[in-house]
Amino acid sequence: MTLTLGHFLSLGAMLFALSVVGIFLNRRNLIVLLMAIELMLLAVNTNFIAFSHYLNDMHGQIFVFFILTVAAAESAIGLAILVLLFRNKSSINVDELNTLKG
Amino acid sequence: MSVTTGLFYVFSAVLLIAAFRVITARNPVHAVLFLVLTFFQAAMLWMLLKAEFLSISLVLVYVGAVMVLFLFVVMMLDVNIEGLRVGFWNHFPLAAVMGVVIALEMAAVLMGGFRVSDPTDLVPAATQISNTKALGLLMYTHYVYPLEIASAILLVGMFAAIALTLRTRKDTKHINPADQVRVKAQDRMKVIKMAATRAAVEPAPVASNAETKA
Repeated sequence: MTLTLGHFLSLGAMLFALSVVGIFLNRRNLIVLLMAIELMLLAVNTNFIAFSHYLNDMHGQIFVFFILTVAAAESAIGLAILVLLFRNKSSINVDELNTLKG
Repeated sequence: MSVTTGLFYVFSAVLLIAAFRVITARNPVHAVLFLVLTFFQAAMLWMLLKAEFLSISLVLVYVGAVMVLFLFVVMMLDVNIEGLRVGFWNHFPLAAVMGVVIALEMAAVLMGGFRVSDPTDLVPAATQISNTKALGLLMYTHYVYPLEIASAILLVGMFAAIALTLRTRKDTKHINPADQVRVKAQDRMKVIKMAATRAAVEPAPVASNAETKA
């Protein structure tokens, strides 16, 4: 029994489903929401690398490189916003962030 | 069942268990540590797929920098965990059913549809140069312009993070060092040239004043 592309894609699907469940469960906790987004990006990157390997095409790995760059910038800005939010409201509960509701 | 297949199942099992612990951990610090474990297992899986450069950079850059940033922030914030977990397990059955349905459906399609086996025995010439070299050859020729955009995104991210969190406190006696360095002697003290003695002012003629009044 050898590994096929389907094995890696199924693993990516399971990881993605787990992070979707994580977003459902931790609707109030902003930190764990950010972590679930990181997990989603990891699943997508795994899919890209699996396709890149089995189709013998390096362009997929270049794309993973750029996704990693954008994800790093995203988490840096997200954490900065989180710190700012905690400084102003002393809470990271998503339910209390309703001052923009118009 | 080869060694690679066995390693794939071991890494996948640890990865999925760690990811499950990330989304269910009570303590956010534990969640970040399990996230580190998840990323490490993913790096090992990428190593099985012969993507060495991205695997190492995932460990060095992502686990070493971004996850440590997460850990700093989580430890810095004094979060009331119990308030955030009210009704946590109420949503669990529905969320679990949805996750299992998503995973099973996608796995059924993907396992059936993508029976592509390892291509290295088909095209042996592609493995002549190393992964890092192949990536660099492609990145600095075809992808120079996207690479510049990526570096600009990182720069903007740094600016945004600094600009968002920087604040000046009003209640400190902090002095701007640039102003202190730039100060000159003539700004602080002015030397005026004046006579050492001054001529006495003549008193007004009081008598004539009195005459005109009368």
